[in-house]
Amino acid sequence: MTGRSPGTADVSLETRGLTMVYRSGAVEVRALSDVDLQLKRSELVVLLGPSGSGKSTLLNILGGLDAPTSGQVFFDGREITAFSDRELTRYRRDHVGFVFQFYNLIPSLTAEENVALVTEIARNAMPPRDALDLVGLTARADHFPAELSGGEQQRVAIARAIAKRPEILLCDEPTGALDSTTGVLVLEAIDRINRELGTTTALITHNVGIADMADRVISLADGRIAEMRVNERKRRPAELSW
Amino acid sequence: MVTAVRALDRKLLRDLRRLRGQVVAIALVVASGVALMIMSLGTHASLRSTAEAYYDRYHFADVFARLTRAPDRIAERIAQIPGIQRVETRIVRYASLDVPGVAAPVTAQIVSLPEDTAPALNALAFRTGRSVQSGRPNEVVIGEPFALAHGIRVGDRFDAILKGTRRTLTVVGIALSPEFVYAIAPGSLMPDDRHFAVLWMGRKALAAAFDLDGAFDNVSLSLLRGADPSDVIARLDDLLAPYGGTGAVERADQISNWFLMNELDQLRTMSRILPTIFLAVAAFLTNLVLSRLISTERSEIGLMKAFGYSKAEIAIHYAKLALAICTLGILLGWIAGSFLGRYNTALYNETFRFPFLYYRPGIAPFAIAAVVSLAAALGGALDAVRRAATLPPAEAMRPPAPPAYRHGAIPIPKGLDNSTRIVLRHILRAPVRSAMTVTGVAFAVGVLMLALQWSDALDRLVESEFHDTRRYDISVAFAEDRSRRVLHEMERLPGVLAAEPVRNVAVRFRSGHRSHRGTVTGLPAGARLEVIYDAVEGVIPVPEGGLVLSSRLAEKLQVGPGDPVEIEVLEGRRMKFSVPVVRLAEEYIGMPAWMDADRLRRLTREADGIARVNLLVDEAGEDALFAALKKRPDLAAIAVKRLAVEKFNETMGKIILVFTGFFLLFAGALSFGVTYNAARIGLSERGRDLATLRVLGFTRAEISYILLGETALLVLAGLAFGCGTGWALAAVMVSSFDTELFRVPLILLPSTYGLGVVGAACAAVMSAALVRRRVDSMDLIAVLKTRE
Repeated sequence: MTGRSPGTADVSLETRGLTMVYRSGAVEVRALSDVDLQLKRSELVVLLGPSGSGKSTLLNILGGLDAPTSGQVFFDGREITAFSDRELTRYRRDHVGFVFQFYNLIPSLTAEENVALVTEIARNAMPPRDALDLVGLTARADHFPAELSGGEQQRVAIARAIAKRPEILLCDEPTGALDSTTGVLVLEAIDRINRELGTTTALITHNVGIADMADRVISLADGRIAEMRVNERKRRPAELSW
Repeated sequence: MVTAVRALDRKLLRDLRRLRGQVVAIALVVASGVALMIMSLGTHASLRSTAEAYYDRYHFADVFARLTRAPDRIAERIAQIPGIQRVETRIVRYASLDVPGVAAPVTAQIVSLPEDTAPALNALAFRTGRSVQSGRPNEVVIGEPFALAHGIRVGDRFDAILKGTRRTLTVVGIALSPEFVYAIAPGSLMPDDRHFAVLWMGRKALAAAFDLDGAFDNVSLSLLRGADPSDVIARLDDLLAPYGGTGAVERADQISNWFLMNELDQLRTMSRILPTIFLAVAAFLTNLVLSRLISTERSEIGLMKAFGYSKAEIAIHYAKLALAICTLGILLGWIAGSFLGRYNTALYNETFRFPFLYYRPGIAPFAIAAVVSLAAALGGALDAVRRAATLPPAEAMRPPAPPAYRHGAIPIPKGLDNSTRIVLRHILRAPVRSAMTVTGVAFAVGVLMLALQWSDALDRLVESEFHDTRRYDISVAFAEDRSRRVLHEMERLPGVLAAEPVRNVAVRFRSGHRSHRGTVTGLPAGARLEVIYDAVEGVIPVPEGGLVLSSRLAEKLQVGPGDPVEIEVLEGRRMKFSVPVVRLAEEYIGMPAWMDADRLRRLTREADGIARVNLLVDEAGEDALFAALKKRPDLAAIAVKRLAVEKFNETMGKIILVFTGFFLLFAGALSFGVTYNAARIGLSERGRDLATLRVLGFTRAEISYILLGETALLVLAGLAFGCGTGWALAAVMVSSFDTELFRVPLILLPSTYGLGVVGAACAAVMSAALVRRRVDSMDLIAVLKTRE
């Protein structure tokens, strides 16, 4: 199964006039300025940009972790920027999967239990073992995070994120703390999920090399979309190097 | 200005402000310990210095002796006993008073005063008025507590029956005496100022009233410095034996002083046990907070070392934090402790009467409390501070390895949800810390139960003494032995349902080299109004053959059933005989011994007289009975059980209420301090995990369950263990009250367990609510962006 090509699919996430201003003391930091964006179903988008360009802020708002200063975000036509705290929790619980740079596994739970943590509360979850199988870690299911390598921990985090079959997978620098060989394994897992489950995936990186695995690449600079391009030829993660 | 405070100290101040919740929680625990220590040590020091000054200034005697009657010239022979400084012979008698407005009869102890001069020993502290003058036989000085209880003033009059003769006495002075700091009627436990009076009359007037012209029946002595009291007492007893001496006692055994010293000992015990608990918990909490602070500041520590700060400087920096928290606690404790000490000392002065009160705790209790608390805080900080000092700079700059969990020895049951797994694994990963939290909460429950237990124990004590043993309503003692006919007279008095004679004989028990001065109570066979009551087996029939001993007396004499006990009667014909112990009875009050009344009379070779009669009274006829009893000239003392119980409950009720209040605060501080710190540390250590879970779609309630579930589980365990801790603390306290006068039964009613648990749980819930508020306001993104 391959993801539907961009442009023909329905819109999964959409932002209109998204602006985010942080105020720290007397200084006003404009993290996002009037961002209009559409993520289509099953699309794999890479968000590129230097630090401070606003990509993490954008991802946090898309995931319902943060609220914009102005502008709107729509998921499946519903405006999540108008959601209450309870509805946002529900949104994250049922529709969004997160992968972080520092894995954020619960140290007191094994790999399988970390995944089960999510499957226990989600509506339409797959068995935790199946999720671990998707990232190639069935054999390490009974290990605690402290007993896993960085790459393995990140793959458990991916399994945890996708076990509930989310419509959206948001990955914030998932390879940031890994060497490139391990990073490739992690990207392969993300790519496979995107292809096999059709999950809309947004992946933040400041690493240009990784952009080649995307359907579409969006570059951010100073809180604005600087460039948006469709990849003519998607490359497999194994072909990437950085 | 900027350089006035060093950068590290500036960091210290900011750390203190940042951690203020935890700082205050620990400081409150330290303050509780310090306050308790200062209250008990301060009250102890104040009462002791007050008593010493009082005894010294008013020449409180060193030795006291009672006898039947001795001619005045014997005083000179007493004075020749080596080691004696001063001799004061007196007349001390009992009488009943008729005070207007008081239905129940009032018993008075009347003590003679030399006319026109001050007594050489046991001088009076006049509160108002003057002493008695010669040629005015109806003048009296009365004790201040009695005067206050009835609003009697100088110039007032009331009637007294002195050896059968009604006299109207005029109050010329109101005073206190070092002999009656704790003034109780014979046989009672607690001062009852409404129904017991101490009066002082002129020696000549009293001698005339009691046919003791040129004679005395009581003597007190002061000793030269270095004199051996037991040697003086032995010689004095020999000298007074022909005159009906019942054995002299030294100051330590004088009843008022005995109660006072006993109370001081208990204060001392309290000053050791309770503050130790609080300060140990404070040490643990300091360790908890400091360890966490140091692990979050690893990179700062590395940085400081990279800048060239020495190990010692780092160690001192963190030790200062512990000392600052502790100092705050000490200051709070000093303030609370000196207030409580003053209040407590004043409270004591309602029971122990002094003409002046030195609230002089001195600096010692403050210094001791401060030193002990600082030592506890530093002890608690030691391990954490050492870790900070020895952290290699490079390692300190690296983030710590993720906390290692492994499948532990204790398997987590399958089928549990993962949130519960997180809770259980976290508890099991730090078993010592978890155990300390449990212990802290357990002590909070225990301390509260300890305060509540008094009420249970005293209720049982009252029930045992006033319900199980003494089943009469009124006990009347005659001034002199009466014939058996008096029993029928008593039965015919209005309201009396039954009357039963009782005989108390002053004796010295001996077994081998052990001896005890006490009383044998002679009960008629089949006695119903006063019985031998064993705490375990209930009523024991009066044996025909030998002696029933209270187990405490048997223990003192080292005898058991079947063993003979030598009895030396200290009155009448002063017979000596040996009787076997038939059985033992467990009693809470005093060290009684019982025999069949007839057999006792035969052994003592006394006539068939009656000295005391117990009455069962119809409550409706009580007033008529009181009126009839007041008219009788032959009564020395009338004890109304109901009034004694009321007084006991009133006095103890107030003390218990006050102390339960204090202890509720202290236990609350303990429970709050432990729970708040445990939950806050949990939040600090796992803020990242909790934020992750929120991002994964967990609700606030669900992550609160993980954070507070752990605390709740530990608190629950603490509450359960607390019941055992409370029992154990009560057992330790109760055993420290095991005196010859009374034992406190170890009784904890279910309500005491319940209230102890609820009290500690409330404080825990309050602190959990505070932490929950922090969880709610947690900034998800900020937490996730920080790398541990």
